[in-house]
Amino acid sequence: MTVRRDWLTALAFLAPALALLFTFTHYPAIQTLIDSFWSTPRGRRAAVFVGSDNYARLMQDPVFLRAMVNNAIYAAITIPASIILALVMALFVEGRIRGRALVRMSYFTPTMLPLIAVANIWLFFYLPGFGLFEQIRSAFGLSPRNWVGSPETALYGVSMVTVWSQAGFFMIFYLAALNTIPPSLREAAAIEGCRRWTFFRRVIWPLIMPTTLFVSVNATINAFRTVDHIFVMTQGGPNNASMLLLYYIYEQGFRFWDTAYAATLTVVMVAILSVVGIGQFFLLDRRVHYR
Amino acid sequence: MLRTFAASAALALGLSSAAQAVELEFYFPVAIGGPATQIIDELVADYMATTPGVKITAIYAGNYPDTLSRAITASRGGRPPQLAILDAPDLFTLLDEDLILPWDDFLSAEEMETWVGGFFPAFMQNSQTAGKTWGIPFQRSTPVIFWNKDAFAAAGLDPEVGPATWDEMVEMAKKLTLRDASGKVTQWGVRIPAQSVWLPSGLVAANGGEMSSEDGTQAYFNTPETIGAIDFLAALSRDHGVMEPGVLDWGATPRAFFDGQAAIIWTTTGNLTNIRKNAPFPFGVGMLPANVRRGAPTGGGNFYLFRGASDEQLAEAVKFVQWATAPEQAAKWSIATGYVAPRPEVWETEVMKDYVREVPGAVVARDQLQYTIRQFSTYDVLQVSKAFNDNVAAVIAGEKTAAQAMADAQATADAILAAYRK
Amino acid sequence: MSSIVAPVRAFDPDRALIHLGAWTLAILWILPLAYAVWTAFHPSAYETRFDLFAPLTLENFIRAWNAAPFGRYYVNTILLVTMILAVQLVLCSLAAFAFARFEFPGRNLLFALVLVQLMVMPDILIVRNYATMARLGLLDSILAIGLPYFASGFAIFLLRQTFKTVPRELDEAARVEGCSWLGLLRRVYVPLARPTMLAFGLVSVSHHWNNFLWPLIVTSSVETRPLTVGLSIFATTDSGTEWSIINAATLITSGPLLIGFLIFQRQFVQSFMRAGIK
Repeated sequence: MTVRRDWLTALAFLAPALALLFTFTHYPAIQTLIDSFWSTPRGRRAAVFVGSDNYARLMQDPVFLRAMVNNAIYAAITIPASIILALVMALFVEGRIRGRALVRMSYFTPTMLPLIAVANIWLFFYLPGFGLFEQIRSAFGLSPRNWVGSPETALYGVSMVTVWSQAGFFMIFYLAALNTIPPSLREAAAIEGCRRWTFFRRVIWPLIMPTTLFVSVNATINAFRTVDHIFVMTQGGPNNASMLLLYYIYEQGFRFWDTAYAATLTVVMVAILSVVGIGQFFLLDRRVHYR
Repeated sequence: MLRTFAASAALALGLSSAAQAVELEFYFPVAIGGPATQIIDELVADYMATTPGVKITAIYAGNYPDTLSRAITASRGGRPPQLAILDAPDLFTLLDEDLILPWDDFLSAEEMETWVGGFFPAFMQNSQTAGKTWGIPFQRSTPVIFWNKDAFAAAGLDPEVGPATWDEMVEMAKKLTLRDASGKVTQWGVRIPAQSVWLPSGLVAANGGEMSSEDGTQAYFNTPETIGAIDFLAALSRDHGVMEPGVLDWGATPRAFFDGQAAIIWTTTGNLTNIRKNAPFPFGVGMLPANVRRGAPTGGGNFYLFRGASDEQLAEAVKFVQWATAPEQAAKWSIATGYVAPRPEVWETEVMKDYVREVPGAVVARDQLQYTIRQFSTYDVLQVSKAFNDNVAAVIAGEKTAAQAMADAQATADAILAAYRK
Repeated sequence: MSSIVAPVRAFDPDRALIHLGAWTLAILWILPLAYAVWTAFHPSAYETRFDLFAPLTLENFIRAWNAAPFGRYYVNTILLVTMILAVQLVLCSLAAFAFARFEFPGRNLLFALVLVQLMVMPDILIVRNYATMARLGLLDSILAIGLPYFASGFAIFLLRQTFKTVPRELDEAARVEGCSWLGLLRRVYVPLARPTMLAFGLVSVSHHWNNFLWPLIVTSSVETRPLTVGLSIFATTDSGTEWSIINAATLITSGPLLIGFLIFQRQFVQSFMRAGIK
């Protein structure tokens, strides 16, 4: 009997959170899948079952394919770059350098600014001719470049902003991890004349592995959901050069009001994230054992 | 939470005063930074002061896409506005969503002739389809060119005369493009920001073409006129070297002008006030240059009447719009914002004449109206525009030829519009 | 430590390099903000001309403040982040407690379903959630912005980890004294989990203060828009972009959060360490 009462208590504790979770995560995920087999209802025309039409359209949609490729590049740039920079920043700031508080503040500040706001600042930086970025380039004798207005560079320009805005956030996690490394280890290493790099590779890197995994999960999620700056800087252009999946979902769903197609795109997104999630779950699982 | 509370409070208030006043909700979009919000509030307040029994709530709803979204969602949710100013090319979207009513149903034959007939015909092109009038022009504009007179003088050109034709523009722009010792360009001859369909359609018009059909089911991309226009646009950087390469930012265009980065810019007449205030040099205003003919699109927003309102509300909404477009109000609005006053009679008022004396550039946009084509407008206008914009960007980037790109854009557009051709 | 390494450090080329690297990166990283501050305090004519003696002005702030209802946006954002955090802490503590301390059938399955949200976040399910909000009649409300984020998988995960470290003896003692489960959670578990809650709270507040896409979609009026959406609308113009005013507006919108975090930087890092998020 007591066991049963425990169950009820547990249920009561869980119910509110789970109800909301199901309503806004699981139910919409499933409903999105269903929606993807129907057409978009318009003012004069109701939705009809169209089978896999939306998926057929997807496979032939050059913008979608472009968005997939772009998102892969975007992930391939922002994930490693943010992690490496975050670690470097943490190592810098953790050491005894002059003006440590100021340096840490500089690294961390971008994280606190809304991406939508800094996008305007960066847009200005990238402006050919008079942007600050350009003035630096011209000081080195390089000719002006239309960074976000050219298909070859737009995606990189946008990626750079993402890295800039999130590296400082990840640094905090690394700082917290580095702080737990006992000073005695460092002293021992110093006495033995161990070089910094060796010390880092042999001692620090293995110890902060769990943090790296945690940060990489976050960076991966962000590579799919960080699109705020696209709204200001490129709107996915020029010629879809900086089109990312989530921005395309927004454009189809809330600019073109093609909700069925947007649902189909969402299904793809959820599928990708599920695969990535399951993969990382196994990595995280190792981490839990590690602790 | 708060919103619900506010809504119920408003409802309670509304019920108590419903007996006395007809209430109207009116959505309007304005680019903030300008004085437009204030003027609209003033206009609404003035109207209510002189017309007891009407209560108009002006709701500032963001830019055009935001306002359209809001109007669509509010209508689907059963609480449509009675009146809204929306982008003129949104006409077919509004028809497709079945949200708007024709003005013809609320006007007498005489009013149709004198009032509706009294707007510049150029502005009515995007307001009428299938024999009905759906939009009443209000905040309308057209693109013009601005040129830097100092830069013209320095290049040995007559500062008082802007380019009248494409060839003249290229010739002048060549003289205006300045390079430093290392070959880096310090001043470009011309700047045409081609992020959206609007300015490229000015080139198409000058090349003798049209962009879309009256019924909104045809886009004219794969035509010799459009292909020629887009090729000319790309050639400005590619062949003539007088325009900065890449797709140029619309918002940064005035800044580029002020800073001497570009000597001739293409932009909206709505920038007149901004440029007058901020340009550190004398400047000229002119119509878009001609090729086979003069031509430009129109732009901006119309008043639309929404379904779901009572007859009483609709009658009051019509009266308000008639008042707002009357000479005195329209002149005030035009002078404060830089939008083109939509009726010839407005230009005959004393205030307007004084304004023109002070700012001669203001008449350029009006005079250009005799040459304009219909602003690009179709069903699913945003999707079709995207097909065009993406392909124009591909031409500018040198990834496609103009002919190839416009054929691709046409194929995409036809696939989208096929559903609407019956 | 310093006494041992000090003699070596005097001629350490590594250290010089580290200083150089750290400072170069710091300057690069702060440059955009520095630029924003500089333009915000100078007339717009100096947007592109860096002149040390350019006149200082507050006009950009005044114009930005007058041009858009930032006061109202502030109220909305503060209501939003407070509401989200308060509900998250309550609901997720309850759920995490159940996962950490009760045995019941299907526990692992349910927990796995919670973890799903770490990957499939509400930020992605915008199309369907918008339809849900429309059906609930909640479109254009502050509640609608927060609702999908109330049950946070991340918070449940973190708090469960923390709760599991609480020694069982503590709750048995409390139970013997006649403490209810709820009382136990409140008096024993929540106080012990305070660092975790603080760390989570900071992440939650900064995330929702800066969140943009979902609020953009569900709000459409001044009464509900948070600062980010207000700012984006403010920055979209039909005519020319005025960076000095936009930058002033940027500082207005992020100023308080920025200052708050700069002041509490140390506590921020420490709470992360104590929370075991690493």
